[in-house]
Amino acid sequence: MDILIPILTLSALGLIFGLGLAYASKIFYIKIDPKVDKLLGVLPGANCGVCGFAGCQALAEALAEGRAFAEACVPGGETVHGKVAGILGVKAKPRIKTIATLICAGGRRAKDIYEYKGPKDCVVANAYHGGPKACSFGCTGFGSCVAVCPFGAMKMDDNMLPVVDSKLCTACGKCITICPKNILELRPVKNHIWVACNSTDKGGVVTKVCGHGCIGCAKCVSACKFDAIHVVDNLAKIDYDKCTNCRQCALVCPTKAIKTDYK
Amino acid sequence: MDVSKLVMIIISAVFVNNFILSRFLGLCPFIGVSKETKPAFSMGVAVTFVMTSASVITWIVYRYILQPNNITYLRTVSFILVIAVFVQLVEMVVRKTNPALFRALGIYLPLITTNCAVMGVALLNNEMFFEAGHPLAGSFILSLVQGLAAGAGFTLAILLMSGIRERFELMDMPEAMKGLPVTFITASLMSLAFLGFAGFKL
Repeated sequence: MDILIPILTLSALGLIFGLGLAYASKIFYIKIDPKVDKLLGVLPGANCGVCGFAGCQALAEALAEGRAFAEACVPGGETVHGKVAGILGVKAKPRIKTIATLICAGGRRAKDIYEYKGPKDCVVANAYHGGPKACSFGCTGFGSCVAVCPFGAMKMDDNMLPVVDSKLCTACGKCITICPKNILELRPVKNHIWVACNSTDKGGVVTKVCGHGCIGCAKCVSACKFDAIHVVDNLAKIDYDKCTNCRQCALVCPTKAIKTDYK
Repeated sequence: MDVSKLVMIIISAVFVNNFILSRFLGLCPFIGVSKETKPAFSMGVAVTFVMTSASVITWIVYRYILQPNNITYLRTVSFILVIAVFVQLVEMVVRKTNPALFRALGIYLPLITTNCAVMGVALLNNEMFFEAGHPLAGSFILSLVQGLAAGAGFTLAILLMSGIRERFELMDMPEAMKGLPVTFITASLMSLAFLGFAGFKL
């Protein structure tokens, strides 16, 4: 019988406090959008923060208020996007799968302007007058992107340039963030052709410092039948929406600065 | 009970035995919410409220429910219950009255429940003001004052810390020391400084 006293006492305490809280929650009731609870039920609930909000709760609130897009939850994938869009009454856009791509072809072939003996790290090297490469736009070649890749999708090739494994790359954007030269970009996987140069120097300068970059000759522009490539600031740019992967631009490029991932 | 005893308890809880800097209780919000002065102060007020009300209610629960039924061994469980209820209450009030503050405090607001400083003050009241199962003279008032003073000490420490950390933001700090490392070093230096109060003769 002795065991009953503590059980009853604690239960009574719990009951009193519980009723008190129930009453308090009535007094301090705040209206919240019923969508928030529904959205919260649909979201993965991992609170990973990839969406840029503090957690799934914050994202659900942002979605309900229209501050976030239905596709904001990346780990959720298309099933979650569809459900979220259903609750919000919009249509989810299919996510365009992208892959990190290096837009430089220089590497070892690009000339150095000084001998760099510091730590083998792009960010450190770039603190010294933009790194040892003569081309101020090109890849420094120490592989900070390779080191930061959480999926092991990047490695350095013989030419001191990072290559991306299209099977492993998840387009998380970590390499893009760390690259001090901003020469990594996300390319839709359906597009197999890209301009592997970021230099807006004049053609003569590019030839002198590298010889493998875009010289702005605009041969590709006239070769393209789909109006998908244009030269802006001495640099050819491909409009990924218009490009049909016909490869005419890559064939006419005199410096082979337009690359394809066809084997 | 005389006034000098109250003053002694206040000075002891705020300075000499400061809950954060001398007893090392409640370090989680001390590091977590001390980035800016405003949320830090609000956190201090919230913790002070929970400490004070928990001190009062736990005294009542202990004196009039646990002791007569001879079940004082349920002290920890029932105290946690009291604390959790008050934290829930604070959460509701803050959420209703100040949504911006609610967001600024974030996870640290419900975490007051597991803030050992709150539990610490409840247990300490119990140890200090009950002798051989009997409450000392005026132990209710003493508990209340100790809860209030412990909260004030918590607020003082977190305010000092947030003031220092706000200045760190503007300083040219070595990359490796930014953020938590320098905060921990600061916390230990502050703790050393508060150790100076241990020389007080009370």
